[in-house]
Amino acid sequence: MEILLVDDELEFISTLAERLHYRGIEVTYTSKPAEAVELVKNRCFQVAVLDMKMPGIGGLELKALLQEHCPAMQFIFLTGHGSEEDYVAGKSASAFYLLKPVSIEVLVAKIKEAAACLPANQAAPPEEP
Amino acid sequence: MLKAGRFFPDFLRLSAQAGDQEGGQDRPFQQSFDFRRIWRQAIIVTSLVALVPLVVITLVNYKLTRKSIEEEDILRTLRVGSNAKHSVSFFLSERLSALTFIAMDNSFDSLKNPERLRGILETLDASFNGFVDLGLIDQHGEQLNYVGPYALQAKQYGDQPWFAEIQRQGFLVSEMILGYRHQPHMVLAARQKMADGGFFVLRATIDSTRFIETLKSFELMGRGDLFLVNREGKLQTRSHYEGRLFSKVPYAIEWSSEETAIHHDVTATGEPVIVCAAKIPDSPFILMIVKRGNDLIRFWRNTGLVLMAFVGLSIIVILFVIFSVCTHMVNSMYQLDLRQRATMRDVEQYNKLASIGRLAAGVAHEVNNPLAIINEKAGLIKDIFSFTDTYAKDEKIIGLIDSVLASVERCGAITKRLLSFARHMDSVFEEVRLPVVIDEVLGFLKKEAEYRGINVTVKFANEVPPFRSDRGKLQQVFLNLINNAFAAMDKGGDLVVDVKMDGPATIRACVIDSGSGIARENLDKIFEPFFSTKTKTGGTGLGLSITYGLVKELGGDIQVDSAMGVGTVFAVTLPLEPPQKSVEKSDGNSAR
Repeated sequence: MEILLVDDELEFISTLAERLHYRGIEVTYTSKPAEAVELVKNRCFQVAVLDMKMPGIGGLELKALLQEHCPAMQFIFLTGHGSEEDYVAGKSASAFYLLKPVSIEVLVAKIKEAAACLPANQAAPPEEP
Repeated sequence: MLKAGRFFPDFLRLSAQAGDQEGGQDRPFQQSFDFRRIWRQAIIVTSLVALVPLVVITLVNYKLTRKSIEEEDILRTLRVGSNAKHSVSFFLSERLSALTFIAMDNSFDSLKNPERLRGILETLDASFNGFVDLGLIDQHGEQLNYVGPYALQAKQYGDQPWFAEIQRQGFLVSEMILGYRHQPHMVLAARQKMADGGFFVLRATIDSTRFIETLKSFELMGRGDLFLVNREGKLQTRSHYEGRLFSKVPYAIEWSSEETAIHHDVTATGEPVIVCAAKIPDSPFILMIVKRGNDLIRFWRNTGLVLMAFVGLSIIVILFVIFSVCTHMVNSMYQLDLRQRATMRDVEQYNKLASIGRLAAGVAHEVNNPLAIINEKAGLIKDIFSFTDTYAKDEKIIGLIDSVLASVERCGAITKRLLSFARHMDSVFEEVRLPVVIDEVLGFLKKEAEYRGINVTVKFANEVPPFRSDRGKLQQVFLNLINNAFAAMDKGGDLVVDVKMDGPATIRACVIDSGSGIARENLDKIFEPFFSTKTKTGGTGLGLSITYGLVKELGGDIQVDSAMGVGTVFAVTLPLEPPQKSVEKSDGNSAR
């Protein structure tokens, strides 16, 4: 399984990507939302884990941009803010919504759950570490 | 609401109690108005506006009616007096004229004939009634002929005052006299001149009984008295109240004239009277009517008493209605004011919670990001150790990393709680059995209760049904309340959780402890964020404010009552049906 991880905290996503790698999930990560849009022009990911608040393009806006290229892609919002506005917006965007800091087991479970929601023809075969 | 003390409304009872408790201390959201003063003023002003015109109109009407009755009585008395005067005058003049006619129509000699005189007397008595006897008196005063019941033949009247008077004016109407016969009577006499220059007098006696009957025909109301007096004020006919015949009446008569007139006077005993008097023309008589003023007052007093009773009753009814309406209205205002103050307190509480929430969200966000980095870094170290063989067996390093991760998790739990407090996560409603929830909570605290010697009693009323609520929030509510109760009991003590129905649609759960209690001045502040009496022992002051917010989210209410040294009761009321804004249970942390 390969996912896209976008968060302005580069130190956080690089570490998280490595940990997910140990668990059989390949991660393409970037701290720049615009770069993420460029990435999906060439290839779609099964799941994208996005921060809600990022400089320039916010998580919700980025989700919309990514969906233009990959309509079936599933989204998980991972945020440290958790304001009521974010919570309501995240839920209304039909995405999974998790608060930092999150346990790696919970995150992996949610990624797998999100991937399971993919249409059958786009679902990747399960990968075990 | 007036409750049982309908005549002792809430605003009097409760504001007095509040005044005692507050002791004049300034507090937020005190009552907006002085309801006692408003109530007093409303009653006084409304009573004055309603009663003053009523009383004034009644008094004016009373006076006018009384004056009208007095004037009517005077008019009626004048009318009776005038009629009586004319009747008496007619009685006398009619008989005197008849006597004069007979004297003129008969010669002196023919009148000397007893048979002739007897025939005339019988004719007179038959025609006019009241003639007792008839006598012929020569110019020397000797009675030459007499017909009648007494032996008065040859009586000498020459020395009598009336005989001198008749010579002067030609006729006589005498006062009432006793005379030779010792019976009250009056004399009518007519003088007739003769051709030789002499004269004779025809003298008749009139029966006083017949005369009095003429007066009796006039009816007077109450203790009215109608009688005749002479020009000296001596009674000439019998009187009911003024004394014996020929005695002097105690009233002034100098003012009387031939015109009937009214004069106010008093009796010998000082009783006010109305005196109506008129002189009878060509006679020594004055007709008098005396009416007791008290008779009028007595008559009026009876009417006045009925009127006063009616007015008094009306005033009582008006006052009662004014009192009831003012009390009800002021009490309604008081109830509205109470509700407004409660709403203001709630709004203030919500505002405080919202402010704290915004602050907490900001702090949590700033902390969460570095915390996430620590979490991932430590996690990665553990992963490296766990997924490779190099350090996998170094339990000490793994233990240290686990400790870091556990601390991160703890910090994360704190920031998430702060965020949850700020965010008011939507409640997830499902069917809940409150006894089960409380048992679960007590399960967490069982060991602590045993260790500290706290005796826990749970009372569940059988009628408490399962209801729809948020299980997690209910757990948090009761966990906080029971934790607080434990903290209030230093060593040992009793904790009672009492769950029962409060009305058909509300559950009431009380958490009762026998702890140290809460000071009265703190009772209003304990639901405020960061208010804590346990600051030295690590209290954050958020527990009860979060509990308050949770109960409100579940559509319920929480109240506290406490007494220092006795204990505290937290009463949570929860509706059987959840409030409108709710979501049905789906996934725990996430939603799609």
